[in-house]
Amino acid sequence: MFNIEIDGRNVQAGDGETILAVCKREGIKIPTLCFIEGLTPSGACRMCIVEVEGFPGLIPSCSYPVKEGMKIKTSTPKILNARRTIVELLLSDHPDDCLYCLRNGQCELQKLARDMDVKRLSYSKVKTKRPSDVSSPSIVRNPEKCILCGKCVRVCEEIQGVSAIDFIGRGCKAFVGTAFDSGLNVSTCINCGQCILVCPTGALTERSYVDEVAATLADPDKFVVVQHAPAVSVTLAEEFGVKPGKDVDGQMVAALRRLGFKRVFDTSFTADLTIMEEGSELVHRIKTGGKLPMITSCSPGWIKFVEQFYPDLLENVSTCKSPQQMLGALIKSFFAKREGLDPSKIVSVSVMPCTAKKFECQRPEMAVDYVPDVDYVLTTRELAQLFRRYGLELGAMTPDTADTPFGERTSAGKIFGATGGVMEAAVRSAYFLLTGQEYPEEKIPAVRGLKGHKEVKLKIGDLEVGAAVVSGLGNARKLLDEIRAGRKDIHFIEVMTCPGGCINGGGQPIGADTEAIKARLQALYQIDRDDSVRVSHKNESVTRLYKEFLGEPLGKVSHHLLHTHYKKREIKV
Amino acid sequence: MSAVKTILEKHPNAKRESLIPILQDIQESCGYLSREVINQVAEYIDLPAAKIYGVATFYNQFRFQPLGRYHVMICRGTACHVKGSKKALDMVVKALGIQPGQTSRDGLFSLGVVACMGACGLAPVVNINGEIHAKVTPKKLSGIIAEIRAKELSNAKK
Ligand code: SF4
Ligand code: SF4
Ligand code: SF4
Ligand code: FES
Ligand code: FES
Repeated sequence: MFNIEIDGRNVQAGDGETILAVCKREGIKIPTLCFIEGLTPSGACRMCIVEVEGFPGLIPSCSYPVKEGMKIKTSTPKILNARRTIVELLLSDHPDDCLYCLRNGQCELQKLARDMDVKRLSYSKVKTKRPSDVSSPSIVRNPEKCILCGKCVRVCEEIQGVSAIDFIGRGCKAFVGTAFDSGLNVSTCINCGQCILVCPTGALTERSYVDEVAATLADPDKFVVVQHAPAVSVTLAEEFGVKPGKDVDGQMVAALRRLGFKRVFDTSFTADLTIMEEGSELVHRIKTGGKLPMITSCSPGWIKFVEQFYPDLLENVSTCKSPQQMLGALIKSFFAKREGLDPSKIVSVSVMPCTAKKFECQRPEMAVDYVPDVDYVLTTRELAQLFRRYGLELGAMTPDTADTPFGERTSAGKIFGATGGVMEAAVRSAYFLLTGQEYPEEKIPAVRGLKGHKEVKLKIGDLEVGAAVVSGLGNARKLLDEIRAGRKDIHFIEVMTCPGGCINGGGQPIGADTEAIKARLQALYQIDRDDSVRVSHKNESVTRLYKEFLGEPLGKVSHHLLHTHYKKREIKV
Repeated sequence: MSAVKTILEKHPNAKRESLIPILQDIQESCGYLSREVINQVAEYIDLPAAKIYGVATFYNQFRFQPLGRYHVMICRGTACHVKGSKKALDMVVKALGIQPGQTSRDGLFSLGVVACMGACGLAPVVNINGEIHAKVTPKKLSGIIAEIRAKELSNAKK
């Protein structure tokens, strides 16, 4: 540690810290547009400029390390003018569209215009016209609102290892687009929505189905049901200004009912069911010498990724459908029959932390006899929008519980929402399936936490099982390359597309930093600590479902409804 | 396609650095970079297609559509600019309905811009299939285009 001076105050700083990081710690919020926590700074936007004594010109603080004795100024008139000019230049080629923009109120450009006191436009407007890309079932791109900060390009390449988009052309004609400027739907985009989370403006948004769902709720001929994913109840409150880490499960269920959903189901129920199916599949593969390592299949971004980039490993992927699709399939079969409903009258909506789920529910594999398992997917953000539209105050709801027969869950199903959660839930139940005894440890610390790549060797009876957990598909790439190269000590891999898992999914509230994601993670594990039933094989509703309908895990009915196969996907843009 | 293969084989173990030379060789031999070719190159040097397209569009020299039967190149160098080449370009863009780098749907015309043809004394200069047209004006150009169209039409009727 050494001393530096910021705005005339003495401040302690450490080697390797950037000016930006030290200022943040000191309570000075320097505006940034292109900086992404955790990635090397690109220095593209110059929004974060400061003055450093002895240096000519203005210095980008996001990419400049502090040095002993440095004298920094963060808000001289020169700096503030330069920042305002940057914003004004960006606005001169920006549609003045805020009133009709999905990001209105949550837009960094809008906020900067206000913070920098931009009162009028000092530059003549040359508005570049470029059509929006609405080809994808998950993501909408509006290049006219793009300020070319490059964050989406970097996340897509450096975090997700996909590179579906890049800068095209150069100079004032440059824009962000796919190969050959085609639609996202034919590109390698895996629909993860991580680019939406980093985009400072409304240039990237989810494909919203709020209108469709509202219309179907108003249709008396439809029986509209909803399911909500494990990671939604611990983030939804953020949309209403509550600080991250609060679980609002009961109030959300109550509000969903007020919206008019006839049944509210919990996707964590089918997470428990997934564990029974997937756990049995793993045990079966181990006992019969099947293809190992087995890799989880609940994350639809990951599924498209493996179809495109690692088709040779498709046999390693579990045949289980994702919990969303399992529940969808059960609603239109078992539930419809039980209630005497015509499946074509049921509209099945799901609320997910995820944009890729929108793509998943439209896949041809996800229909039984041409009836789609799930009709509409809303993200956490869209659900909040529905609540706002209907004037429902989440905080004022009296907590309620989800409906039978798919409302009961264990905390094992709930922790599916975080990286490592599927692994931990699977180990607890696989241990029981193999040894007849409960897993002795309360938790598996090695698979918890936000690290992108975690590994552990576990003793299950007299088997030693190698378990790996990756999130962020760039991390998956590294591990899969090792497996391709012949690595043999791993038997089971959990892959989640989004860094940190569904709690940081592409459909979650915008603007979460690492601290917020940690708080969301803690909220899930708090539920696991508090719950009395913590293993999927003790979910009584699941047991009953097997008795009344499914028979046994991996049985004939399960095979028909709950499992599927994926094929190699040619990359031909 | 096999021409592309031969070119790729000339760059064994190619990495990112070889991308531009490879694309140049392919354009030289095929006249443009097709989707198939870019996908093929992507696989060969293990780079995402979006990256390659991004790099290729950074340079004016690459085309992504086959050349038209008449390739119109308009000089946008300084001398020609001063003498009004922008007006000529705008006129051609309007008349052909294509932007620089594109080819008309009927395959008759393609359009390109170049920095300087080294004939500044004749500015503004337009080159159509190798033939230099000096001191063009929008009017003169539209005449040339109309002439070509008429010629092609009567050829087609024969
Ligand atoms: S992106 Fe931001 S500044 Fe642009 S229209 Fe939307 S809210 Fe307004
Ligand atoms: S959704 Fe994911 S894969 Fe698609 S462009 Fe955005 S970051 Fe890339
Ligand atoms: S789309 Fe958004 S994240 Fe991507 S470059 Fe444009 S403004 Fe930045
Ligand atoms: S945030 Fe520092 S240059 Fe963009
Ligand atoms: S500027 Fe046009 S020929 Fe030199």
